[in-house]
Amino acid sequence: MSLLSIFDIAGSALTAQSQRMNVAASNLANADSAVGPDGKPYRARQVVFQVNPPAGQALGQEIGGVKVAGVVEDPTPMKQIYDPNNPMANAQGYVTMPNVNPVAETVNMLSASRSYQADVEVLNTAKTLMAKTLTIGQ
Amino acid sequence: MIDRLSQDFGFLQQAIALREQRQEVLSSNIANADTPDYKARDFDFKTAMTNAMDQRMKLANTNLTLTSPRHIPGKAVMPSDIDMMYRLPYQPSIDGNTVDMDMERVQFADNTMHYESSLQLLSIDMKTLQQAIQQS
Repeated sequence: MSLLSIFDIAGSALTAQSQRMNVAASNLANADSAVGPDGKPYRARQVVFQVNPPAGQALGQEIGGVKVAGVVEDPTPMKQIYDPNNPMANAQGYVTMPNVNPVAETVNMLSASRSYQADVEVLNTAKTLMAKTLTIGQ
Repeated sequence: MIDRLSQDFGFLQQAIALREQRQEVLSSNIANADTPDYKARDFDFKTAMTNAMDQRMKLANTNLTLTSPRHIPGKAVMPSDIDMMYRLPYQPSIDGNTVDMDMERVQFADNTMHYESSLQLLSIDMKTLQQAIQQS
């Protein structure tokens, strides 16, 4: 337990938030990918965050960083777009498109970048405090 | 005389250590601002400081001596000075997270200032002492 573990905590948050931003970027980029590597339309993905307390802390007093517990696929139904001229269209003329919600993804990205900034701020403050602590008595 | 000085240092040292721990708790809150079901935590500095300075009921952690592998290990652990609590949320979010980023940032800045001022006081104390020693 020391200022050094703040680096771990804020660092883990930086990793997690950047992964969230990666996923949002992938979702936005593939908002119109009607065919993925498996031949099916792209499905939106979301990261799941989880607290990651280091071992050896008193019971009920655990604090810790954050980790990405997993990346899950969005279960919302796919979009159906009427486009009979598209080679991917079915017999009724509908094309199945990814279930990406561009507005939600943009908001997600903004939120991730704000959280990232807050964590950078924490990291900088911890760094300054450590440097000041090293100069005690000078 | 020297024991009084060390007492003075001890106070500031304790204050700095607690400030450091609080800084860690607050940074954990900020790190988990988007974690579902995370509950923001904090502790009251004044209570923790009073507990830490209260010398009456301090006992070292005790382990029972084991002289046979069939003995049950016994342990008496003193409760920590810090009483970690959950923050009362003003605007809880629907995913069960109670971190209020504005509140956490303000507390973090406040704790930073207090940490720095304690450091400053400690430095001044040391300087005074040094001057007293060098005066002849």
